Amino acid sequence: MFGLTKRDSTLLIIVILLTVLAPFILNPFPEGSAMAQFNAGYPDLMQRLVIFGIFAIGFNILFGLTGYLSFGHAAFLGVGSYAAIWMMKLLTMNVVPAIIISVVVAGLFSLLVGWISLRRSGIYFSILTLAFAQMSYSLAYSVLTPITGGETGLQPKVDDPRILDGALAAGQTPRANFFGLEMGTSYELELGNWIFTFNAGYYIAAIVMILAFYLSIRIFRSPFGMMLRAVKSNQQRVNYTGLNAKPYTLAAFVISGMYAGLAGGLLVAMDTQVGAERMFWTASGEVVLMTILGGAGTLIGPVLGAGFIKYMENIVSKINKSVLEQWFAFMPDGIEDFLIAIVYPFIGKGWHLTLGILFMLVVIFLPGGLVEGGQRIGRLFKRKKPSDDAADGKTTPAE
Amino acid sequence: MDAIILQILNGLDKGSAYALIALGLTLIFGTLGVVNFAHGALFMIGAFCAVTLSRILTLSHTIIDETQKDFLGNPLKVDVPYIYDIFGQQTGDAIIDWAVPLSILFAIPVMIGIGFIMERGLIKHFYKRPHADQILVTFGLAIVLQEIIKYFYGANPIPTPAPDAFRGSFDFGAMLGFDPNTIIYPYWRLVYFAFAAVIIGAVFAFLQFTTFGMVVRAGMADRETVGLLGINIDKRFTIMFGIAAAVAGLAGVMYTPINSPNYHMGMDFLVLSFVVVVVGGMGSLPGAVLAGFLLGILESFASMAVVLEILPGINQIIIYLVAIIILLTRPRGLMGRRGVMEE
Amino acid sequence: MGILEVKNVGKRFGGLQALGDVNLSIAENSVHAIIGPNGAGKSTLLNCLVGKLIPDTGSVMFDGQSVLGRKPHEINQMGISRVFQTPEIFGDLTVMENMMIPCFAKRDGAFEMNAIASVASQRDIVERAEHMLEDMNMADKRDMHAAALSRGDKRRLEIGMCLSQEPRLLLLDEPTAGMARADTNNTIDLLKQISDERDITIAIIEHDMHVVFSLAERITVLAQGTPLVEDTPDNIKGHPKVREAYLGETQTAA
Repeated sequence: MFGLTKRDSTLLIIVILLTVLAPFILNPFPEGSAMAQFNAGYPDLMQRLVIFGIFAIGFNILFGLTGYLSFGHAAFLGVGSYAAIWMMKLLTMNVVPAIIISVVVAGLFSLLVGWISLRRSGIYFSILTLAFAQMSYSLAYSVLTPITGGETGLQPKVDDPRILDGALAAGQTPRANFFGLEMGTSYELELGNWIFTFNAGYYIAAIVMILAFYLSIRIFRSPFGMMLRAVKSNQQRVNYTGLNAKPYTLAAFVISGMYAGLAGGLLVAMDTQVGAERMFWTASGEVVLMTILGGAGTLIGPVLGAGFIKYMENIVSKINKSVLEQWFAFMPDGIEDFLIAIVYPFIGKGWHLTLGILFMLVVIFLPGGLVEGGQRIGRLFKRKKPSDDAADGKTTPAE
Repeated sequence: MDAIILQILNGLDKGSAYALIALGLTLIFGTLGVVNFAHGALFMIGAFCAVTLSRILTLSHTIIDETQKDFLGNPLKVDVPYIYDIFGQQTGDAIIDWAVPLSILFAIPVMIGIGFIMERGLIKHFYKRPHADQILVTFGLAIVLQEIIKYFYGANPIPTPAPDAFRGSFDFGAMLGFDPNTIIYPYWRLVYFAFAAVIIGAVFAFLQFTTFGMVVRAGMADRETVGLLGINIDKRFTIMFGIAAAVAGLAGVMYTPINSPNYHMGMDFLVLSFVVVVVGGMGSLPGAVLAGFLLGILESFASMAVVLEILPGINQIIIYLVAIIILLTRPRGLMGRRGVMEE
Repeated sequence: MGILEVKNVGKRFGGLQALGDVNLSIAENSVHAIIGPNGAGKSTLLNCLVGKLIPDTGSVMFDGQSVLGRKPHEINQMGISRVFQTPEIFGDLTVMENMMIPCFAKRDGAFEMNAIASVASQRDIVERAEHMLEDMNMADKRDMHAAALSRGDKRRLEIGMCLSQEPRLLLLDEPTAGMARADTNNTIDLLKQISDERDITIAIIEHDMHVVFSLAERITVLAQGTPLVEDTPDNIKGHPKVREAYLGETQTAA
């Protein structure tokens, strides 16, 4: 299908199903029940799930294939966001030009950063990208305030020029749209006690993510992708095979920068605002976490990682003490208090602690991330069937 | 001229902190070959050692003081630190006042202990893994450590003052013959700089003049060969990790009066300290110290009003800018050795 | 005029004169061995030929063109392939992928942005790589990870990868170092077969006299950075200077 092998087509179909059906999958609890607060099927979160999925897919093209660990990718996301918001201020609230320009600008910026940073490898490369990102962040916060809005950030205003849209009446708020279809438009489906929300913005972001995912499969399976894996495996042999590693890694860097810009543009398309904190180095760290947690170098890993982190962030940070008390209410008092005392640091505001521990555990025990975990469990079940050991030893490296 | 001297002085305290953290990072990298992203967290934990000690010292019990009455004539409840009971009020107050310097004694065993646990429990297993894995696992550890501190101490900065004796400022200008009040410099910053100089000197002397230090230096140059001589390098390297942790911790302890500690101060310093290490040259101890002071002073020059008028915002980015330029022109940093991390 | 002409090449590292004044001519389609005791400058010379080092003085001409100042990948594209002392292959990739990469390099040059078409759709490359695997007797291992191969197979794969680029000059740096006797003999047979069947020049740096005398048509003896003597294997065996400078030493070393 679409020039993919059967395995890859299956993977693509799974991702398509997951994203299309997300409003159902993420809303498993009926409205009004005690668990309803853990539903994640509302537009804002679903949009973030797929947008950060795009960001992680792009990061994986660089880190997963070439092994170059960039600690500054949030800069490209931020630059893409600023470009998109200016498009909305100057040209039109239609998201298409905004998204296109965000990809182009982030691509150009990553070309500059990559061209310089890729002169070094290993830890030096990581530090150089980090330095560039922190520089962009600091500049956006201070000197570049006329362009970036500094601390307050940028939003579209009523009196922006918006050449294509024409003037808005006073009191109207500019809303992002896709040829007239507003991003905030939602359709709610009520089935018994369940309410499912279908949001226009989410589906536009989801379609973009599916396309981005499809493109990444093609890149992984292409000669270009194979060369990138060769660079990761043995750069010396690459050079002595008559291949110039530099343009390959630079191309991978720019592609992943464009993915980051795309994610930044989409973020703006959804919430029409941007601030410099989007470029802070913790944001760069987050995409590293997503990719590693899901499984760097695998196709679906980054999507899973991004989804998992954003989803858990939402769920875990919503659990508070009273929820815990409900959960453990059936226990004797002493044990209940004890359990709550133990669990409490990890929930609510303690989400980052949970994330940090989870991340360490993955790096220590599961360097292949969730995907490797899944494969191990799969193999465990396969081993029980003695007839099925032929396909066992064969693990394709880029799965 | 006076402005220049003032900026150099201003750069010294930040430069000292950079130099101390970078020194520890380099020790760990040079001996163990590990890139430690959790080193900033050690600096932060050191600062919280000072917070903890001052809290312990002011632990109080409530007594009813018959000599003081409120406006209704009832005796007042007064919190009395336990330390008054032991040393009496005057000595007790002096001890509380000197909590930060006293924390040095408290922090050394704590930090060395934490260093040992970190190295034996986690880092040891990552010697053979790629640098990317080392960065990632220590990055995770840094998040965990700072979240633990945040859980116990909250998210707000905790003011931790210097002893009364060091609270004023020192008029350098008058001493050097400039107009009074042109170059004034807080005493504590002078103390910090002197302290940093002593620690750096001690580490260098330790490496230079003890047998232990000699073996460690040999190990930094060529680990395998030293291992072949039948010397137990691993044990010494564990101790080295403890020392590096203690250096970072002490840097943190003494920094508390300059900047009230908060849970993310480690990360803030870490990013810059890494840049410092890279500028100094990965694996070079003198390079780390030199680059630390150099960048601290540069940063302070860049924040002068005259400079900001010409190049607005330069103070925010000067360190990164210098790092980029140095890495591109001198790939090994200012004093880096050949063959270290050049893959 | 040989295919490779090295003239007056010198290289210093600080105070150490690694190469004095090396002159060397390798005839087309011959097997030429360079031997010498440890520290004689063999590896330095090799690194000067492939672009890893740039000599301080002299010239290196390959097929009438200078290689000096060119990057390793450019020199490779001129037709010089190198086999390393420890096999340098792509350990994380499969044997088949290892073989396809040099085929792509041969077809597409140093860089080609071919990011959409799948690898499997490149029929010419797939066929070529499969053919080469059969030539190397490795067709049954095509889906194995290269890192899992035995030492001998890794060497075989590396040589196959170099050959699939159809180089005019194949440089081998101690290709049998650290190998068991059986693997060494297999490698010798493979190299003999290659030199018989193909239009290719082989230059080999070797410590093992057994390998050198079974393969080489001409031998250059290097000592302390300068060529001591160059001759046929039979003459080299009896040469008193060589015995003194080299053979005596290897007998104790081996």
